[in-house]
Amino acid sequence: MLGVTYLIILLPLLGFAVQLVGGRRLGDPVAGGVATAFIGASFVVSVGVYLDLLTVHAPVRTYTQNLWTWIPVGDLQVHARLFVDPLSMTMVLFITGISALIHLYSIGYMKGDRDYSKFFLYMNLFVASMLILVLGSNMLVTYVGWEGVGTCSYWLVSFWFTRESAASAGKKAFVYNRIGDVGFLLAIFLTFDKVHSLEYSTIFANLGSIGPGNITAICLLLLVGVMGKSAQIPLFPWLADAMEGPTPVSALIHAATMVTAGVYLLCRINPLLHASPDAALTVAIVGGATAFVAATIACAQQDIKKVLAYSTVSQLGYMFLAIGCGAYEAAIFLMVAHAFFKGLLFLGAGSAIHGLHDEQDLKRMGNLRRYMPLTFITFGIGWLSIAAVPPLSGFWAKGDVLENTWAAHPALWVVGILTAALTAYYMSRLTGLAFFGKDRWADEVAIDATTDMAGSHHAGGTITEPHESPRIMVIPLWILAFFAAIAGVLALSNNHFSLSHWIDPVFGSNLFDDNLTSTAKLALSSLDAVIAVVGVLVGLRLWMAKAERPSLEGAFLRHSWYINELYDTVFGRPLERVAAFSASVIDPKVIDGGVNGVATAVRRSGSLLRRTQTGYLRNYVLGIVLGTVLVLAFMLTRVWWN
Amino acid sequence: MTVSPDWYLALSAVLFAIGALGVLVRRNVLVMFMCVELMLNAANLSFVTFARTLHDIGGQVLVFFVLVVAAAEVVVGLGLVVAIFRRRANATADDLHLMKG
Amino acid sequence: MVGMIGAALAGATGTGHSWVDVGTFVVAAAIVLAGAIGVVVARNPVHSALMLVMTLFGVAVLFVLQRDPFLAAVQVIVYAGAIVVLFLFVIMFLGVDREENIGFEPLRGQRPLAIGLVVLGTTGLLLLGQVSRWTTGAPHVAGVDGGKQSNVYLLGKSVYTTYLFPFEATAALLVIAVVGAVVLARRPPTGANPVTDAPAEAVPAGAMPANAMPAPTEEPASVDAPEPHHEARP
Repeated sequence: MLGVTYLIILLPLLGFAVQLVGGRRLGDPVAGGVATAFIGASFVVSVGVYLDLLTVHAPVRTYTQNLWTWIPVGDLQVHARLFVDPLSMTMVLFITGISALIHLYSIGYMKGDRDYSKFFLYMNLFVASMLILVLGSNMLVTYVGWEGVGTCSYWLVSFWFTRESAASAGKKAFVYNRIGDVGFLLAIFLTFDKVHSLEYSTIFANLGSIGPGNITAICLLLLVGVMGKSAQIPLFPWLADAMEGPTPVSALIHAATMVTAGVYLLCRINPLLHASPDAALTVAIVGGATAFVAATIACAQQDIKKVLAYSTVSQLGYMFLAIGCGAYEAAIFLMVAHAFFKGLLFLGAGSAIHGLHDEQDLKRMGNLRRYMPLTFITFGIGWLSIAAVPPLSGFWAKGDVLENTWAAHPALWVVGILTAALTAYYMSRLTGLAFFGKDRWADEVAIDATTDMAGSHHAGGTITEPHESPRIMVIPLWILAFFAAIAGVLALSNNHFSLSHWIDPVFGSNLFDDNLTSTAKLALSSLDAVIAVVGVLVGLRLWMAKAERPSLEGAFLRHSWYINELYDTVFGRPLERVAAFSASVIDPKVIDGGVNGVATAVRRSGSLLRRTQTGYLRNYVLGIVLGTVLVLAFMLTRVWWN
Repeated sequence: MTVSPDWYLALSAVLFAIGALGVLVRRNVLVMFMCVELMLNAANLSFVTFARTLHDIGGQVLVFFVLVVAAAEVVVGLGLVVAIFRRRANATADDLHLMKG
Repeated sequence: MVGMIGAALAGATGTGHSWVDVGTFVVAAAIVLAGAIGVVVARNPVHSALMLVMTLFGVAVLFVLQRDPFLAAVQVIVYAGAIVVLFLFVIMFLGVDREENIGFEPLRGQRPLAIGLVVLGTTGLLLLGQVSRWTTGAPHVAGVDGGKQSNVYLLGKSVYTTYLFPFEATAALLVIAVVGAVVLARRPPTGANPVTDAPAEAVPAGAMPANAMPAPTEEPASVDAPEPHHEARP
């Protein structure tokens, strides 16, 4: 099966091609089914490749598949080459698996939409791009996938582009991503300059020749790219706005896959990070700060999806915190677990939204557990998982991260544990507001223009009674809930399924060993559990019955620390002025003036020269004589010099 | 004192200059033509001079041919002049300025 | 007449090393220059033609001084005898023997520029001749000049052997020129006597001269399309 690794990428691409050519004709729901089938097939192939990889018994299991030579230009030899190792296979498995489930869910969620097949077109292309990203064996192939997912994210976020907020959200996502991509590109340039190759294996083999300063620079530049793609400080505002896209998009792209591309990249370059402690520390600090800030913002959001969005940012911060400490395995564990429970939470939220006929305001939900019990149960598993309540997966994963942080940078551990408390609190707030309490959706509500839900669909007026979602949407929920619950098993070492057994060889000696005693580990775990339970109880207690607590939802937090306003003032307004200046002065006067000026100059010089064409023979003879005199003068000068 | 070839060549140059001046200054077409003949003669003179200094018959052969071609040129040129100026007796070269740009 | 005597004297001592040579040269040069200036300055075109004849004779004398009697003879016969006569015929035929107003120059700046440039050019040429060697070519390229054979013999041998093709070509050129001249000067057959009657129809020479005549009184009444068919344009 290893020989057909390329099929993993090819199948979603074929799905994209099929949708491109005949999607509209296939229609609702066949197009969705076809798309899901291709992704499902890709998942099957991935499993096959995984099983095949297990048979490779070398200490570091790798397999390289060379597809073709892409760029053979002198020193720059770039191949389209796939690199299969435990890290990439882990990513591939959960990408294809969760994508397949979300595709299945979308068949039901997007039913009746005008652009049904276009949705699956973009989704398939997205999955293909993400797979290219994780399977690439050199930085340039990774970059192709990187750009591809960014583009598909733009298309999918602005899927309902007739709504102005959606269109501008898509643009915002793409622009922030692009800013990060500049960092990635500069890292590629710098790497090529020093190593003259972009293959990961070559780079890692020649670390000594790069020099520590350059390694730090490369790592920091890649961190800029990661900040864009994985929504870390300071490039995180786009993720909240990206919730304008359909919920399956949020689940797939902005919870499970695209935003984890950053985590994958930094794990892939672990030798570089290991060689540069400064860069690693920076990553850890960025991750920790982001985790905390995003958690505080999530405490005050009113839109269910925005809470989940900031929660994603926060959990990604945890992953980078782990990477910064060198605990790559913990980061990957959290990434996988997060993919399951965040995907589940988003799909569950989508189910609730669908049931309430597109209502996203938490203040207008309530008591959904009575009307949508299946959604409630699965959502509840996800909720408890993310709050890190034992024995669900989130507890084990987050515990792993916090344990390593305590051993590496205790100061950051404090930030981490505070954030864990906040996580438990705001997720319980969300659950309390949505699934418990009174039937607020039945009330008439006046439009309050100060909230950010003022422009939503049902501002003003009542909602009819919510209904449970169709089976095609609930089945993926159950599957994800199952995995969210049992993924903790991966944490158990000395187990055939254990993640560390599988993935540690990729990192070798770069992996941080926390060297904690089992007592210390037990103490930390207990602390985690206590904080989680306390947070859950506090959140529920405050928000189960009452929906309005203005003191806990300050404007500063609700407006995400006013960062959008800050960027607007610092970057937006000046750039707007520059653009206005360009449009009114540079474009008409300089550019048009230049071009028209050339034409005018030609015309004027033409009219000037025209005066020599008098038509009189004698003038022309004079011209001949003049020319002869000039030639004579030239000859004289030549002769005189000699 | 000997007559060196330089004198002939200087004379040829001056003759040529006078011919050129005539073409530039006169308006009567036939007089202009005659000045062109002057220039041709100046060239012939210099050819013959060079033939003598280089002891080369080629110069004289060339004069021979120049003479023939000049004759042919005059024939055709005057034919054209007749064709153009048949009607107007005092037409000058300045009357042909149709190619004014 | 003077030229003939000078030529005879020069022919006797054609080595260029005696006072006779110098004197002949000076006289011939004076004749040439005087004639040239006369061509340019004379108001009446017939006077110009006669001055041209004088110049041609002077040049012929100079040819003889250069030991080239054949070319001198050809010069006199062809140039002075045929070409200038042709000029005179045309002058008489067209009636352009009226005087031209030399003093008036319609084109702005033409005269000063002309004089200036020509003087500049001549000075340059003479300077060039002085500064570098006048003669730079390789000797004996086309065949020896001088020696025991006569000039006619040498010239004839060269023309009929080495330069046979240009000779034939120029012969053909002459024939073409004659045919061309006949065609150019022909009037269209209208039945009217071309010499005595004033032709009523348009000049058959084509569009350019017809449009070039700005004076409206002389404008041809009709320049119509069929006419070019009668005239084979050269």
